[in-house]
Amino acid sequence: MAQFRLPKNSRIGKGREFPAPEGARNVKRFRVYRYDPDSGGNPVMDTYHLDLDDCGPMVLDALIKIKNEIDPTLTFRRSCREGICGSCAMNIQGGNTLACTQAISDFRGDIAVYPLPHMAVVKDLVPDMERFYAQYAAVEPWMKTETATPPDRERLQSPAERARLDGLYECILCACCSTACPSYWWNGDRYLGPAALLQAYRWIADSRDEATGERLDALEDPFKLYRCHTIMNCTQTCPKGLNPARAIGEIKKLMVERR
Amino acid sequence: MTAHDRPLSPHLQIYRWHLLMTMSILHRASGVFLALGTVVLVAWLLALAAGPESYARMTAVIGSAPGLVFLFGWSAALFYHLCNGIRHLFWDAGQGYELPAAYASGYGVLVATVILTLAAWGGACLILGGV
Repeated sequence: MAQFRLPKNSRIGKGREFPAPEGARNVKRFRVYRYDPDSGGNPVMDTYHLDLDDCGPMVLDALIKIKNEIDPTLTFRRSCREGICGSCAMNIQGGNTLACTQAISDFRGDIAVYPLPHMAVVKDLVPDMERFYAQYAAVEPWMKTETATPPDRERLQSPAERARLDGLYECILCACCSTACPSYWWNGDRYLGPAALLQAYRWIADSRDEATGERLDALEDPFKLYRCHTIMNCTQTCPKGLNPARAIGEIKKLMVERR
Repeated sequence: MTAHDRPLSPHLQIYRWHLLMTMSILHRASGVFLALGTVVLVAWLLALAAGPESYARMTAVIGSAPGLVFLFGWSAALFYHLCNGIRHLFWDAGQGYELPAAYASGYGVLVATVILTLAAWGGACLILGGV
């Protein structure tokens, strides 16, 4: 059920303020969501004044600078710093994206950084991804076949068949789309969400996969698939420029066509 | 500290609204509003069946200033829901999912809603000789 207000333990208080170093001329304020599980307190917003003349261009650079130079307790996930691992997905100024590919210069004024929306927070900007990964596993994201593998070669695809996977295989499972979706916010326990459904379609669309019927059967459910109301937040926010809304639409079309 | 006690990260409170998201919730809101309007339509039909006196009372209520405001709202909601419903039909047929197309169709729906609503009321005023 839709619960619009945050629960009591999740309401955000005022945090600490960290001023800019003396002599800084190009100062930007970063307001960052902080939650310390050991303190037992509510989450707060800490404010950091950074000198942009002494900082890399991306939001992730700013977070790393804060962690290295101001506050080593700041906790976030990051790895590749080039938009391919999906670790640093977070909500920056109201939109979900990867901190490593989000330029600071895209925003005027303060930059507010929150964890991915409507997720259980482990610490600071680190959400609990367990359910998200379980939903990915639930679509059985591997090739399923009935026929024997040809003895002398791989299972081949024509270039046209291969092209149908473009826009699907590039997904890095950062969860920006699913956690941007209001349907997923309200029904994330039963609705699979755009990321898992895009992956489901990635295997349905694969010419080599022979379990299309079985896959569609598994999705024929009032919640798993049909909680998508084409709100389009997923497509709007995908940092890889993919279109989960279209993938879900294609699954819905196949459901009708096979009746 | 159990996983159960973990705070929920903010969602509606912080998410940046954009046209597509706004139009989606407006579609649902207009649908709910239209359902309320149906009750009024039924009341109007019942009044019609109950004879001229009750019918006159009903039309007086609907024709009052607040009644007309609601009537205008219902007509706008009807045209919005209709046009956006057609937009959803295109989506269901697999068309118009690219962001530029989704924005274009969104603005198209808004413009069509305004034009159809004004045309309906303009037409009504013309036929009734100006209310």
